[in-house]
Order: sequence, then C-alpha cells, then structure tokens
Amino acid sequence: MGKNIWIARDYLKCSGCRKCEIACSLFHEGKIWPEASRIRIFMLFPGLEVPHLCTQCDNYPCVNSCKFNALSINEKTGAVIVNKEACTACGVCINACPGKVPWLHPKEKYVLICDLCGGNPKCVEECHEGGWDALKIIPKTVLGFERKNYKLYAREPEDVTKELAKVIYGEEVS
Amino acid sequence: MYGYTGKLLEVDLSNKKINEIKIDEEILKQYIGGRGLAVKILWDRIGIKWDSINPFSPENILLILTGPLTGFFPGGRICISGKSPQSNGVVGSTVGGEFGIELKCAGYDGIIISGKAETPCYIFISDSYVEIKRASHIWGKGGKETLKTLLNEGRMMLQKNKLGKWREPAVLYIGPAGERKVRLAAVMSKLTHAAGYGGYGAVMGSKNLKAILVKGTGPLPEVFNIEEVNKLIKCACKECYENQALFRQWGTGYGGYYFGNVTSSEPIKNWQEEWHEEKSYSVTQFERFWVKRYWGDFGCPTTCLKISTFKMNSENIVSDNPDYELQAYLGTNLGIFNPVENIYLSSLIDELGLCGINTGNILGFVGELYEKGILTKEDLDGVELTWGNLNAFALLIKKIAYREDIGDILAEGIYRAALKLSEIKKKDLLKYTVQSKAIAIGAHGVRSGLDYTDKISYACSTQGGDHTSVAKLPLDHPNSELTVLFYDSGVVCWFNDWAIQKDLKWKFIKAVTGWDITEKKWYEELAPRILSIQRILLLIGGPDIKWIPLKDDENPQRFYEPLPSGPAKGRYVDRKKFEEERKEYYKALGWSEKGIPTSETLMKLGLNDVVQFLKQKINGFYLDSTS
Ligand code: SF4
Ligand code: SF4
Ligand code: SF4
Ligand code: SF4
Repeated sequence: MGKNIWIARDYLKCSGCRKCEIACSLFHEGKIWPEASRIRIFMLFPGLEVPHLCTQCDNYPCVNSCKFNALSINEKTGAVIVNKEACTACGVCINACPGKVPWLHPKEKYVLICDLCGGNPKCVEECHEGGWDALKIIPKTVLGFERKNYKLYAREPEDVTKELAKVIYGEEVS
Repeated sequence: MYGYTGKLLEVDLSNKKINEIKIDEEILKQYIGGRGLAVKILWDRIGIKWDSINPFSPENILLILTGPLTGFFPGGRICISGKSPQSNGVVGSTVGGEFGIELKCAGYDGIIISGKAETPCYIFISDSYVEIKRASHIWGKGGKETLKTLLNEGRMMLQKNKLGKWREPAVLYIGPAGERKVRLAAVMSKLTHAAGYGGYGAVMGSKNLKAILVKGTGPLPEVFNIEEVNKLIKCACKECYENQALFRQWGTGYGGYYFGNVTSSEPIKNWQEEWHEEKSYSVTQFERFWVKRYWGDFGCPTTCLKISTFKMNSENIVSDNPDYELQAYLGTNLGIFNPVENIYLSSLIDELGLCGINTGNILGFVGELYEKGILTKEDLDGVELTWGNLNAFALLIKKIAYREDIGDILAEGIYRAALKLSEIKKKDLLKYTVQSKAIAIGAHGVRSGLDYTDKISYACSTQGGDHTSVAKLPLDHPNSELTVLFYDSGVVCWFNDWAIQKDLKWKFIKAVTGWDITEKKWYEELAPRILSIQRILLLIGGPDIKWIPLKDDENPQRFYEPLPSGPAKGRYVDRKKFEEERKEYYKALGWSEKGIPTSETLMKLGLNDVVQFLKQKINGFYLDSTS
C-alpha cells in the first residue's frame, strides 16, 4: 500500500473560494453542484473556512460499519469507494466516521465519500493552481512509517472551527 | 432556458403569502438579470405610480436578484434593488458572498419582497420550503451577533430529521441602522460585505425584515454548453492568477497610499484636499494586521479580500482589509491616517450595518462644517469633531445608526441632512456636500485627471455617486456605466474583468445561456434600453425629492475649486468642458440635451409603453424630441 496518498489541509490558507467544490462536482457530476461535492467548505463563521473531506483513516470505521458492503477500499490509493447500487443511504457510516464526513447525495440514494479522483485529486490541483495550497497531497507512508496524523482531520467541523476561532480571532465562537 | 432556473420567489410580508412566479424568457433575453431585470420589474410593477411611492412604504418592493453568470463566471455576487431611499431612483447594488449561488441551487433566480411584516421577521428558504420566521430575538442586535445566531439557527433548522452534517445557509441581514431606516444603511453579507449604495438596508428595515437565509441543495441550472463553460472558467481564472498579482496580494488595500500620493484623487477632510504623502497609510502598514491574506467568495480566483484583527481595550476588532473605499472614507476623509484607527472604524460600520462610503462622506461634511464653525459643539451634542479625532467620529457614527440627537438628522443621508441643516442655519450648506443625486461620491476624485474617473463620471451616472458605475465616453470603455451594467446584470464581480481578455465575457454568456449577446448588441441595444428606463425612473423620483434634468446632473461645487496641494495642484473641473462632455454623453445615448431619452430613442429600443406612459401620466414632461 506504499502509494497511498492522503490530502492534508492548512486551514489558515483556505481562502473560502470554493473552487475545490466546483472542481469536484464538475468531475463527478458533470455540473457545478456544491452540495454534491465530496469536499465541502464549512463556513460556520466567516473567515473560519474549514475544508471537510475524507481523510482515509487507517482502520476505516465507515467501511466496517456498513452492513450492506457498500464501501470498499481502493488498494492503489487507499480511498473509500462507494458502491452506488449497494448503498441504501441509511447513514450508519456517517455516524461511524469520527469527522461525520460522509454526506448523502442531495438527489440520489447513496452516500458521497471522496474517492481521491482515482489518484489525481481535482480539488488539490485547483487549490494549487490558485496558489492557495490549502490542500496538499502527502504520501501516507514515509520511509516505511505510516503517518498517523490523519486523526488531525477526521474531525467534526465545529471542533476545527472552535480552534480556528482562537487562532484567527482570538476568541470563542459557539 | 439555460443558466437560469426560470423562477422567482415572491414573498408578500403583509399577507404572509409566498408564491413562485415563472419569468418569461423574452424578458430575460432583454434584461438579463440583476440590475437589468430590477429595472424592468420595478418599471412594470410601480412605474405608473413611481413618484408617489415612498421608498419606505409597503408598496416599495425589495429585489434580491442573481444573473445568468452567477456561480459560473469567477466571483459570484447578488444584486439588491428597489426604489432607492437615497436617490428615489433605482440602484443595482451588488454584494459578494454565496447567497446568489445558494439561491440558484434552491431553484430561484431571485426574490421579490413586497409589503411589510407586522413584527420583526426573517425569511428562511431551504430549496422549495419557505417560511417567514419571527426575528424579535435578533432585532436590535449588531452584525456579529446577528450572524452568529442566524448561522446557528439556520443550520439547526436544516439539520432537523436529516442525516449528515449540514452546512450553514447563506445570509443577508441588516444591523441596527437598517432597522431604524437610516438612509445610509447597507444590506450585509458574511461579516464585512455590504451592498451600500442605494440604502437598501433601510428598505429591509422598513419592511421589518431582519434577514434572509437560503440553502439550496440542487446543482446550478443547466447551461447551454458545459464543456465550453468549464473551459472559459479555467481560462478566466488562469488570466486572473497571472494578471491580478497586485490585486491578489493586496486587494484594493494598496489604495490608501496610492490614490492619495500617486493619482491625487483621495478624499481628505471632505475633499478639501486629494493628495497626501503619509507613508503610515501604506499597505505595508495595513498588512501587519492581516490574519488571512487571501479571502474571497464563491468561485473567485482573485480572493482580493483580507481579514484584519486586533484587540482594542480587550474588545476583538475584526474587519476586512479594509478596502480602499473604506481606507479613504473612514480614514483620510476624516483626517485619520492611522491603520489601526481605520480598521476600528470599518469594523464599527459593519457591526452597525452602515455603508462605509456614504457614512464616511457625511462625517466628512459634518467635520468641515465644524471646522468652519457652522456647526458647534452644542449642535453636535457635545462632540468635538476635530479632524482625526477617532472617538468623536466613532461616537457620531453610533448616533447616526441609532438616530440619536444630531444623528437623527444625519441619518437622512447627505443630501436631505444638508437641506435640513441649511434650513436650521439659514445658510446654503449644499455647496459643501460631495454627492450626486443624494448618493456619496466614491473615493476617486476627478479633478487631477489621473484616476479612472472624469468630469462627467458622477454627474451623469444613473447611480449618482457610485464609483463603479460611472458615466464615461466612449460608451464601450472598460470602466463605463454600460460595461459595468453587464456585470451588475450578469451579477458577477467586475474586478475580475480587468484581468481577462475583452471578448471572454461575450463567449461566456453565450456558453451559459445559448443566446447571441454580442458586444455590438449589448452596447447598442441591451444596455441603452436598461439605462434609459433607469434614467427615466431616476428623473421621475419623488415623493420627497425630484431631480431637475441638467441642473442636478452636476458635479459637487468642490470639484470646481482648484486642488490646493500635490503634483496636481491647481487642477479643477473646467465647467465649459464639463458641459460639452455632458452634452456629448447624452447624445451618444440618444438622449436629449437635457439627458432625457427621446421618444425616437425609446421607440427604437422597443419601449413604446414607456413613451405612452410618459405622454399620458407626466404630460410629456420627461419627453423630448431631438427634432
Ligand atoms: S480551493 Fe483551496 S483555498 Fe479554495 S476553498 Fe478549496 S481548499 Fe480553500
Ligand atoms: S449509507 Fe450506504 S455506505 Fe453508508 S452505511 Fe448505509 S449503506 Fe453503507
Ligand atoms: S474520514 Fe470518515 S469517511 Fe473517511 S475513512 Fe475515516 S471514517 Fe471513513
Ligand atoms: S480528491 Fe477528488 S473526490 Fe476527493 S474531494 Fe478532491 S476532487 Fe473530490
């Protein structure tokens, strides 16, 4: 699994431009569709934008929680792959995810989880082209050691926002 | 129909009635969206009784409109309009944020709000679900608190019985100033974005409407050619990344020094001067307070906004850059050349929901009257309004927002306040106002001839002092009112226009709508049509103020006085040249020498109904013939 990648985020660099959402939904849905994007920018308070997407946990709680075998792991990228036909949109995987990342497709009956665009993440490309680099591709294993800091990102946006508020505004935001 | 949802949402606050209305494709083809569509809707709905409608009466309608390009073209905005309590005409006031995108994704191209709610309320829209909700708990609250409460409440409503983590809805709201119908009140978006020109925050207040929330879960409307749209987005963004370096780096925040020092066009002490060499006011001093260097709205490649914060007396001050307009109007125009003080005033303005330009403009006016001894400390209820006195200006801002003491007069806006104060002081004080059609002139002076504006820019604009929509020749100049009208009607950010090739916007609108809107068609037919109706509504005006054609198409008295300092010292607006240029401008538009669209021009634009109406209702007063 040496080629597995992983998308790191620098919240302080996120401009809130949502070009990642545009890129993701265009690639996967053929439309500009923010609520069907696999990456969603939460703006629980202006200035505190939080890119929210799957972080490929090493123990994949979402995959293990699904009773319908709708989720699998792509060997090459490490991404979680949703089987649209098998998924019943029951939402169990959402609650199993420490960051509550999975999101139901707004029109269809299946769950949306980042598939890393098969290894070439469109969101990262877009964010880089714009010079923000709030999203970055990082190999999951370095010198044979697996990075464990994914736990940094498999978190609910409220918690991240609270910490950001302290850093950016020096105050508590409920 | 491509690029549009084809539907408007109508909310009648008096009768609590909610309706969906279909828009006719032929109308959209001619009026596009945003400012263009606003002019058409206002003409159709209240044109006949325009002069008798008080902008604060329930009969006025508030329009919240997107355009076909919103969400597609880089930098989405939303256009707010209605009968303006500033000019009594129509202003298309646009503001950034995600509101327009959420609205389209919810299935609407715009919202028409009529009537007046009995008690404070807000409108909540979640796709096709629309509810009018009580707002008594946030009425009276400042910007930050209002926004925090509504973002939370909105999310909780969305979250109900639904799986997954819901995101916040987009919010438009007003502060205490709007609630009190202060004519300088803005409609606010996010924390620091304001639709300032026009005074529509006060119109929301007059309807007892504190806010509008929207979440749309659908895709943006289908376009004519998605591959082409995608290609054009990429192309436009690339050009912005490459050609907008200065703007990306600093936004308009470099302007506080640049427009004063280099172009001599920055208002200083109510425009008594337009030049300074205060290095303390350069962007390097401002950027020390930036905690976020790139901040933007949906789909924007430029992200010219920045967020500034610092602590002052244990209070947390938050503002955007400030941008150049606010650096000037809440800084140099008040004799303030200190970034910290300027950022503080910007955050205060946002918190109260005031327009920084219009408020800073009237503060400068009062500052000059104080300097000249026309207004005294007693007149100002104890405020010693000397130039640069931060606390005095901050106090006066609060008095305006809450309509306390002298603030009650100033809350009527620069023009009406000057008339009132002239009456009290038995002196002509209008000559000290720097406005056009009761709208503050943007912070780009015309005297030096070194900025993008010129003699006729504000005097002949249908949006008065609006610095984005300036009258300019040739009509297809990149800064002309007709060009900006395209962006105000497509409802996207005009700043991004500067970096991209000129023909891209015509390709863009074709790829989105499938319609052939060529450059020629825009400048010869579509834009003049919208502008002509807008001009007529401006001239009809009323009920409290009516503009006299030509007489009121004027520069402020100050612009005829020579600049007292700097490299452009001695320059002023030459009245004769101004009058010639004004004549030429009206002629280019097919308007009479008085700037009234002629019946020939109106007929040629297919506006026969406008001609008939003017003949019958106004006894032809606003009709002229070139022959
Ligand atoms: S593209 Fe990058 S900077 Fe823009 S919103 Fe997405 S993560 Fe943030
Ligand atoms: S929502 Fe779909 S993927 Fe998730 S647990 Fe239910 S069936 Fe499995
Ligand atoms: S972040 Fe959530 S969705 Fe992604 S692998 Fe972990 S549990 Fe699954
Ligand atoms: S990697 Fe691909 S699927 Fe995942 S969020 Fe980015 S664009 Fe969407």
